[in-house]
Amino acid sequence: MLVVKEYESLLEAYGRAGGNLDALGNKEVGNLVIHENKVLSVNEAEGIKVETQETQNGVNIHLLVEEGAKIKYPVHLCFGVLPEEGLQEIALKVEAQDNSEVNVIAHCIFPNAVDVIHKMDADIKIGDNARFSYHETHYHGESGGIKVIPKAKIKVGKRGVWESTFSLIEGSVGMLDYDFEIFGDEKSINELLVKVFGKKEDDIRIVEKIHLDGKEARGLAKSRLVLTDNARAVVRGETYGNAPFARGHVDCLEIVNGDGVIARAIPLVYVNDKQAKVTHEAAIGSVDKKQMQTLMARGLNEEEAVDVIVKGILR
Amino acid sequence: MLEVKCLKLTLNGKPIINGLDLEIKEAKIHGLLGVNGAGKTSLANLIMGISYPDGGSIIFEERDITRCTISERAKMGLTLAWQEPARFEGLNIREYLRLNKNLSLSEVENYLWTVGLPPGEYLGRAVDANLSGGERKRVELASVLAMKPKVAILDEPDSGIDVVSLPHIMNGITEMSKQGSAVLLITHSEEAVKVADEVSIICAGKIINAGPPKEMCEWFKDNCQTCNHIGEPSYKGA
Repeated sequence: MLVVKEYESLLEAYGRAGGNLDALGNKEVGNLVIHENKVLSVNEAEGIKVETQETQNGVNIHLLVEEGAKIKYPVHLCFGVLPEEGLQEIALKVEAQDNSEVNVIAHCIFPNAVDVIHKMDADIKIGDNARFSYHETHYHGESGGIKVIPKAKIKVGKRGVWESTFSLIEGSVGMLDYDFEIFGDEKSINELLVKVFGKKEDDIRIVEKIHLDGKEARGLAKSRLVLTDNARAVVRGETYGNAPFARGHVDCLEIVNGDGVIARAIPLVYVNDKQAKVTHEAAIGSVDKKQMQTLMARGLNEEEAVDVIVKGILR
Repeated sequence: MLEVKCLKLTLNGKPIINGLDLEIKEAKIHGLLGVNGAGKTSLANLIMGISYPDGGSIIFEERDITRCTISERAKMGLTLAWQEPARFEGLNIREYLRLNKNLSLSEVENYLWTVGLPPGEYLGRAVDANLSGGERKRVELASVLAMKPKVAILDEPDSGIDVVSLPHIMNGITEMSKQGSAVLLITHSEEAVKVADEVSIICAGKIINAGPPKEMCEWFKDNCQTCNHIGEPSYKGA
C-alpha cells in the first residue's frame, strides 16, 4: 500500500517536472522508476534487460541493450527522493552491445529536498558500432538543500557513439559535483554537454574528460552555465588526443549575471600524437551587449532580453 | 516623421557626427550614401539610442526622443538592423521573428518568403553561427519586417553578402516600404540606393548633398569615390 502511494506521488512529481506519464504506462516503452532505495516499476522493452538490486541506501542497476537491438522508443528512467531528507545511491552498470541503438531519458526529481544526497556511479560500456544517447534532466525545489554527485566512466567501442546531456536548470542546484570521463576507440563519437543555471548560494563543479584513444575518434566536451546571485562554478573540460587523426574540442561558456558570482573555467587540451588535433574555447562574462541591444531594438526591455538570451543558452 | 537636427557626436576629441541634419518621411526609402568612416553607423546608433549625442536632437513624430532608451524607441516604432547582426545560441528563427508577440505563424512564414528563405527549411534553425552571413542578414531583415516598424534603420544590409542573397535583401527593403515603414537605408553602394525615394550623401559626419537617387549616385561617383578624405569634408560645397 505504501509502495503504491510512493509510486503515485513520484509519478505526480514526474508529470509536474515534464516527464512523459504515457511512456511509463506503455508496455512497449522500457522504464524504471526508483524512489529512494525502492524500485517502484520496471518494464523491459524488447531488446532490453534490466536487473535491479535494492541496497541499504539505493539501488544497483544493470541495464543491458542486446546486440543489434534498435530500441524503437526512448527508455525512461525516473529517480527521485520526495521527503525533505534522504540519501540515494545509484550504482548503474550499462552494457550496450555491438550494433545496438538506444535513447535513454532520465528524470531526477527532488522537489522538497532540504537535506538530500543523490549519488550516481555509472560504469558504461558502449559496443562497437553501437549508439547510446543519454539525457538526464534534474528538477529541484528552491531550498538548495541537495547534493548531486553524478560520476560516470564510459568506454565507447569502434565506431560507437555516446552523446549525453545533463541539464539542471529548474530550481536550486544546491551542490553539484559532476564528473564524466569517456574513453573513445577508433572512429567513435564522444559528446558531453552540461547545462546548469546556478542561483543563490549554489556550488557547481563540473569535470568533463574525453580520451580519444582510437584512430579518428572525435570528441566534444561542451558546457553552458548561467550564474546569478552568489553562485560559484568551476568547469574543467579536458580532452586528450591520443591517436592519429583524433579530433577533439572543449567549449565552455559561463554567463555571469550577479555581483557575488565566482566563475572559473579550466580547459585542458593534450595531444600526444602528431596527427591528432584538439582545440578549446572558453568564455566567461556578462550577457553579450550586442545581443542585448538587438533584442531591445525589437521592443524587449532589459530583463526580457536577458531572459531570452539565458533560455537560449540553456536550451 | 523622423527629424535629426544639428546632431553632434565627438569621440576622443574628434567630431564623428558634425552638426548633421536629416529628415525621413513616412513610408519612404531614404538612402544614406557614404564611404567608410563617413559616420553612417555612428548616426544609426544615435538614432536607435545605442549611443547618445553630445548635441542636437532627434525628433520622432513630434516628440524629442534624444535621451530615450533603445527599448523605448523600439516601442514607439523604431528599429535597427545591424551591419553585423548578433547571433543567438538556442534561439530559433521562428522565435526570433516572433519577438513581436502579435505576429501569427503565417505572417512569419510570409516574411521569410519575402527574403527568399523557405519557412519549412528555416523556421526551426537557430539564429547562430551555422547561418551564413547572407542568411543571417536575410533573417535580420525578416525580423525587422516582423516588427512592422514605423521607421527601420538598415545599416549596410547589402554589404558582405553572397550574390544569391542580394536580390532577396533588396526585395525585403521594398516590401518594408510597401507595408508602410519608413526606411533609412545606409550603404556605401550606389546600386543599393537605386531603390530609394531620396538619397543623402554623408561625409565626415555631415550631410553634404541630397536629392533624387540617380542624380546623387552620379554626384557620389564624381566627388566621393575617389576621395579618401576622412575628417573634414573635402567637397568644397560641404
